[in-house]
Amino acid sequence: MPLTPSVASSTPARDEPLDTRFHVETPEGIDLVLRPASLVPRALAFTIDLGIRGVILLVMFVVLGLFGQLGMGLGTILLFLVTWWYMVLFEVLNQGRSPGKQLLGLRVVHDDGTPIGWAASLTRNLLRFVDILPFGYTLGILSCLNHPAFKRLGDMAAGTLVVYREEMPARPQLPEASPLRAPFPLSLAEQRAMLGFAERQAGLSAARRTELASLLAEPLDVPAEQAEAQINGIARGLLGPV
Amino acid sequence: MKQSLFEKRYEADWQRFASLLEALERGKADGQTSLGFSAEYRRICQHLALAQARGYSSHLIDHLQQMAMRGHQQFYRHRSHLGASILSFLLGGFPRLVRAEWRSVTVASLLFFGSLIAMGVLVYLFPDLIYSLVDPAQVSEMESMYDPDARRLGRFGERDSGDDWMMFGFYIMNNIGIAFQTFASGLLFCLGSVFFLLFNGLTIGAVAGRLSEIGYGETFWSFVIGHGAFELTAIALAGAAGLKLGWALLAPGRLPRGEALRLAAGKSIQLVAGVILLLLIAAFIEAYWSSMTYTTPLIKYLVGTGLWLLVLGYFLFAGRQHAPD
Repeated sequence: MPLTPSVASSTPARDEPLDTRFHVETPEGIDLVLRPASLVPRALAFTIDLGIRGVILLVMFVVLGLFGQLGMGLGTILLFLVTWWYMVLFEVLNQGRSPGKQLLGLRVVHDDGTPIGWAASLTRNLLRFVDILPFGYTLGILSCLNHPAFKRLGDMAAGTLVVYREEMPARPQLPEASPLRAPFPLSLAEQRAMLGFAERQAGLSAARRTELASLLAEPLDVPAEQAEAQINGIARGLLGPV
Repeated sequence: MKQSLFEKRYEADWQRFASLLEALERGKADGQTSLGFSAEYRRICQHLALAQARGYSSHLIDHLQQMAMRGHQQFYRHRSHLGASILSFLLGGFPRLVRAEWRSVTVASLLFFGSLIAMGVLVYLFPDLIYSLVDPAQVSEMESMYDPDARRLGRFGERDSGDDWMMFGFYIMNNIGIAFQTFASGLLFCLGSVFFLLFNGLTIGAVAGRLSEIGYGETFWSFVIGHGAFELTAIALAGAAGLKLGWALLAPGRLPRGEALRLAAGKSIQLVAGVILLLLIAAFIEAYWSSMTYTTPLIKYLVGTGLWLLVLGYFLFAGRQHAPD
């Protein structure tokens, strides 16, 4: 494995918000943020894959049944491939996505954020045999629910993660307001909160916007009903001339 | 610098990088355009760090973060030259690995071959013992399979190529499945691997003892000796890989259990890859050589012994001349 980026500890510092994000520090000195997928989307993805495999096998046996014993031989080999290699082939050759994972927007990566390779994929999928025990994925489910990054046993041994696929967010439109200077120096977090409020306008109802903004009416030294416009102005000011 | 100015200044760079990423992700990038990739990737990382340090908006940071992430996926991809690595693995890596893991390999071999031989001898001496392990229907099925009279009547003689194909498929499915189970269940603190090694060893031993005892020895031994060299070794090695997994959990040494497991799994999966190759060879021999009937048992014994020596010699001596990498 060439150039292994160091993996930052996945336990957040005490003052960080409580969430499931998994930080990977790269050699460039930045943190990549991965969002591990939990039990339900993973189970759904597996169910879809199971269905697809069932259909493949059904079609295969009907078709190969016409070829007699040669067909039987090929059928057994294909059965073997579908049982043990379906996941591995899709994960390695299709950027960590089996069809089920693709539909659910998931992908498998190494712990260090790199695309999954043959060894890791084979490990996590062979050890599925243990995750299934004693029935219906009991061990896998218990392990998944207990792990901070939702890993089943196979994932722990292989050093892999199932994460959500990143999607480029659409550019949010900041509301029109005349740029204002903040009445007091803002910390970085406060600055981002101001911008965040302005950027998320479209997703919030008017009542909720007023409610959130009025929390800041006092420190901003404005009446509650003007707080929203004030914050938008400050955000505009922070963003700079467009 | 205000955020909008920052965005305006570098927008063109980011768009260029994004289109390069897209080309790389679809595997359609040519070498010439990708030359500057590493420099551009590092610049994106720098912009991300700047944006975070200056408290720019979440949208911009998310955007840069995703580009950095996609760039990372391309930049640090583990590209392996599969053909070359398989060859070097076969020529030296696999036997070296088996020798390096001699502890688990020895334990697994003792469990498997020990139980096999012991049970074989016991069943040969006390024939009824086989019914404690294998049910009578299976015993009589085994007996009819290796019945010397049935063979002369053409049971194996009439096999055509389609038949060989069917058996080849069956052997692959069956044997590699067993090997995978033996490996994977080792994760249960070695218990699963120990169980499968003993269970398979005892069953095979019992059948061998029984067939020898009732006088079907020649058909049986001449049939199994050839592919047995690969198949039995492979099962023992799969067990060794499983034991290594379980042992990492039982005695992780100075590492956390998860970390010890991850390291052990890296080695184990290489053993499993070797096991798969061995079993493919075994299935091939079993379907196309062991089932042939126009050779005399003597030739089968000679070739079989040769194959056993080949496998032993391979694991003991192959790859010693190379420096370990």
